[in-house]
Amino acid sequence: MIPAAFSYESPRTLKEALALLESNPNAKLLAGGHSLLPAMKLRLATPPALIDLGRIPDLNYIRDTGDHLAIGALTPHAAVASSELLHRMSPLLAEAADSIGDVQVRNRGTIGGSLAQAHPNADYPAAILALDAEIVTLSRTGEHVIPAREFFTGMFTTALSANEIITEVRVPKTTGAGAAYKKFAHPASGYAVVGVATVVRKHGNAIESAAIGITGVSGTPYRATAVENALRGKPASAIADASRRAADGIEAIGDTFASPGYRRHLAMVFTRRALETALARARAK
Amino acid sequence: MPRNGKANGKTNGKGSGHWIGQRFKRKEDPRLIQGISHYADDLRLPGMLHCAFVRSPHAHAVIRSLDTASARSVPGVVAVILAQDLEGVGNVPCAGVLPDLKTPAHPPLARERVRYVGEPVAAVVAEDMYAARDAAELVQVEYDPLPAVVDMEKALAKDADLVHQEFKTNVAYVHPLKNGDIKGAFKRANRIVKERLVNQRLAPVSMEPRGVVAQYLPGERTLTVWSSTQIPHLLKTQISLMLGLPETSVRVVTPEVGGGFGSKLNVYGEEAVVPWLASKLGRPVKWIETRRENMQATIHGRDQIAYLELALKRDGTILGLRARIHADLGAYYQLLTPVIPTLTALLITGCYKIPAVDIEITGVLTNKMATDAYRGAGRPEATYVIERMVDLAARELKMDPVEIRRKNFPKPTEFPYNTSTGVIYDSANYQMSLKRALDLAGYTKLRARQKAGWKQGKYYGIGLSTYVEICGMGPSSAMPAGGWESATVRVEPTGKVTVLTGASPHGQGQETTFAQLVADRFGLRPEDVAVIHGDTAAVPYGIGTFGSRATAVGGTAVYYATEKIKSKMSAIAAHLMGIKPDGLVFGNGKIATKDKKKSVGFGEVVSAAYMARTLPPGMEPGLEATHFFEPSNFTYPFGAHVCSVEVDPETGETKIEKYVAVDDCGNVINPLLVDGQIHGGIVQGLAQALYEEVIYNEDGQLVTGSLMDYALPKAVHQPQFVLDRTVTPSPVNPMGVKGVGEAGTIGSCPAVVNAVCDALSPLGIKHIDMPLKPEKVWRAIQKAQTPPAAGKRSRAQSRARRTA
Repeated sequence: MIPAAFSYESPRTLKEALALLESNPNAKLLAGGHSLLPAMKLRLATPPALIDLGRIPDLNYIRDTGDHLAIGALTPHAAVASSELLHRMSPLLAEAADSIGDVQVRNRGTIGGSLAQAHPNADYPAAILALDAEIVTLSRTGEHVIPAREFFTGMFTTALSANEIITEVRVPKTTGAGAAYKKFAHPASGYAVVGVATVVRKHGNAIESAAIGITGVSGTPYRATAVENALRGKPASAIADASRRAADGIEAIGDTFASPGYRRHLAMVFTRRALETALARARAK
Repeated sequence: MPRNGKANGKTNGKGSGHWIGQRFKRKEDPRLIQGISHYADDLRLPGMLHCAFVRSPHAHAVIRSLDTASARSVPGVVAVILAQDLEGVGNVPCAGVLPDLKTPAHPPLARERVRYVGEPVAAVVAEDMYAARDAAELVQVEYDPLPAVVDMEKALAKDADLVHQEFKTNVAYVHPLKNGDIKGAFKRANRIVKERLVNQRLAPVSMEPRGVVAQYLPGERTLTVWSSTQIPHLLKTQISLMLGLPETSVRVVTPEVGGGFGSKLNVYGEEAVVPWLASKLGRPVKWIETRRENMQATIHGRDQIAYLELALKRDGTILGLRARIHADLGAYYQLLTPVIPTLTALLITGCYKIPAVDIEITGVLTNKMATDAYRGAGRPEATYVIERMVDLAARELKMDPVEIRRKNFPKPTEFPYNTSTGVIYDSANYQMSLKRALDLAGYTKLRARQKAGWKQGKYYGIGLSTYVEICGMGPSSAMPAGGWESATVRVEPTGKVTVLTGASPHGQGQETTFAQLVADRFGLRPEDVAVIHGDTAAVPYGIGTFGSRATAVGGTAVYYATEKIKSKMSAIAAHLMGIKPDGLVFGNGKIATKDKKKSVGFGEVVSAAYMARTLPPGMEPGLEATHFFEPSNFTYPFGAHVCSVEVDPETGETKIEKYVAVDDCGNVINPLLVDGQIHGGIVQGLAQALYEEVIYNEDGQLVTGSLMDYALPKAVHQPQFVLDRTVTPSPVNPMGVKGVGEAGTIGSCPAVVNAVCDALSPLGIKHIDMPLKPEKVWRAIQKAQTPPAAGKRSRAQSRARRTA
């Protein structure tokens, strides 16, 4: 469990970090280190340099900016999970954060690091997608805002370019809507074999809209648009049938714990369960 | 849940006597919890070098070439060695002997061929562990991969690829055990229940992996080896044999050992290579196993496939048992590899009267890591199969699983009970522990709720396991390398007591329980007694800690050594008081006559022994006694576990709702520690039932090579345990203790599987193999729920017919 040799940089500003990234194109950014360091210890990852973002001030915050909530990229999962602000105005992200790994992982791992890693079984992506969140980045060319739906491009791959650093995640306030994250955790890793995040808005007795993000089933997290479309304007009784389309058109991944077919089945079950919980939490307009 | 007395034994107040049976907190824990103790990796010797092993990435391959040049060029590298450098170093030993056993040569570093993923092929030594690891990556090995023998049943085919060419077969041995009129039993049977049951391969995964530090002093010509082992003395002997050093020059020390579960009841190649390097290089060398190496190259456990047939009368009476068991041994043998499955044969009748048995165990060589002793070692396999078979028989005969068990238990008056497998159960009352467990679980209510639940589509299940197991290993006649244990008890001149035990506790807590035992006998306090273990230079030759033997065998040695000193101290006390030494009692720091009219201080007697001026004529000075205890039999703890589960039919997940364990390990020295052993044991058995499984793919690659894939049980997976005890003392030793290290693991696993299969019984599901992973359970439910196609029965139904 000894990593290969690497050089270590500890910039104090984002500008400095960007310059270092520019001059070390194969360097890896280090945040909480909970994905990168184990991979390095097994020598599955052998980056020549690490740029540690940990000493850059003011990337650890959760703020109300009026129309949305802003979360600094270095905010640990534990802070997201326990944020009173999030619980009140956009609880889905907190619920997802609370289910990540274990206490140690939640204390060290960060939202920016997790999103950049884009592990196919990570919890955050489902919530980020369901919330239509925005990922704010910085590069030499300035600030960019990447919509969640454009961010995840494949297994461990994102829309981030090599010289880009995530600085913030913006989530909309979901006041009035019901949200829920339901997860089937792998007994060894704690990752989501399947994780379904949903935000449901209610109008009278009908479902006005449902946004559903699913992680773990495919190499890339996705929005279950077939289910969303099938539910628009429909009563709660439509949930069971609509949820059967949770993996429509999706090529599922598999391993010795859960085959592709089983994952597709779990996607349906957990979509239904997440929708039912979210609907029960929603306030009718 | 405190049952008798309070933690830390303040109950008696006077600091005298009656320490046995107290919930005394572990003396070991403060230093361990504070992190101020020393494991192998905490040792830092001047000039110490670091070792890393290069291991095979192939399950089976010919080594075409090895190039160490670039590895040697890494700055800080001191040596890179291959098998040919170890000329004269002996093979990794196996103590297991069986008739016609085929034993492959097992060199510490692979020669010519590699036969499992993780087999060491080279060792690198460097000034620091970074250089060692970097250089290990640079050792160039060219392999010609060969077909891997992975499936133990396919390995039995005539045209199967061979793990060891020279044997011309993958069958290492066939071990039969026959007794009684088996043909008659099956002829007379009203019902025959058949099933194939798998005990999957498990990894022991002790919290601390293995580790070896070795130092050779050329002037003194002494080799000291610190190893994370359960058997320091046996290891010392084996190191001296492997390295060709006089045994008098070798000292083995166990630092703190962070768990073993049997995986460190062994002698590994690394335990020869690291000391060899230290003596050749003249500098201390350290090797600490990584978790990946621990998964690949520390022994695995279980891995048996059993084909069983149970012959029954209509009323549930068991007439006979046939068992054909295939045991996957892996590629080479470790210390006890071939003999572990033979323990399964001894215990396979469980706590039932089965007059006729026909058992055949086939040991099979495969391209995998060796299997060996893992918590329970052959006995959990036996308990699992008999407990499943009895449940299947109950289903078949439409009997309550409680009734079929009661029907076949020997009566309490029938003990010692001779089994048809040839062992003698020392003492038991199986009815009593079962009744207690059923009462605690509220069995009748659970059954009523289950029936109601089924109507609402809820799958509740109740599982029983009534087990007996073999502990206190053991009489030397039945052990590969001596079954006795040693103890030296020395009362020091200040009146403090030093206990030297040949047992080698690595989490069991004998520093506490032996102190309680000795304090109790001497009328002192446990803090007056220090227990020393795991240093071959300090402790008389001993066997070690495994097979739930440390208290029943090692503790008894301590007991007898203490008695020897007590009788000497009585003689001195009587001499000082001018009376006869008969019937003096120890207590309150005094040695007194029974009526307490005359007494002399404990310290006064100790002084007399050491000053040696007032001793009875002819008596030797000093207060030290050694005892080597040879038990007359094993001990046979038993118990009853009841588990209730709910299975989610949509996902196949199992939730354990209630877990009741009533265990009987004879008399108890420290209930707190016994509860701890039961807790941990249940967790490990439950983990076999639900989570753990070492998986090799068809190429022999280890798929579950890390704790991200290998599902160790976690706190969140555990139910609340309800524990209770019955006490049936063992007649095998004067303290009446039996042992408890493995009982929980042995008892719990079948209770969980029985519960899940019981939950799914309305669907016609009879059996699902472990681990009961959600997908497997879900698929079984899917199959059972699928309406049978025209003329085709569902799998569950046809299996039901077959079993009938």
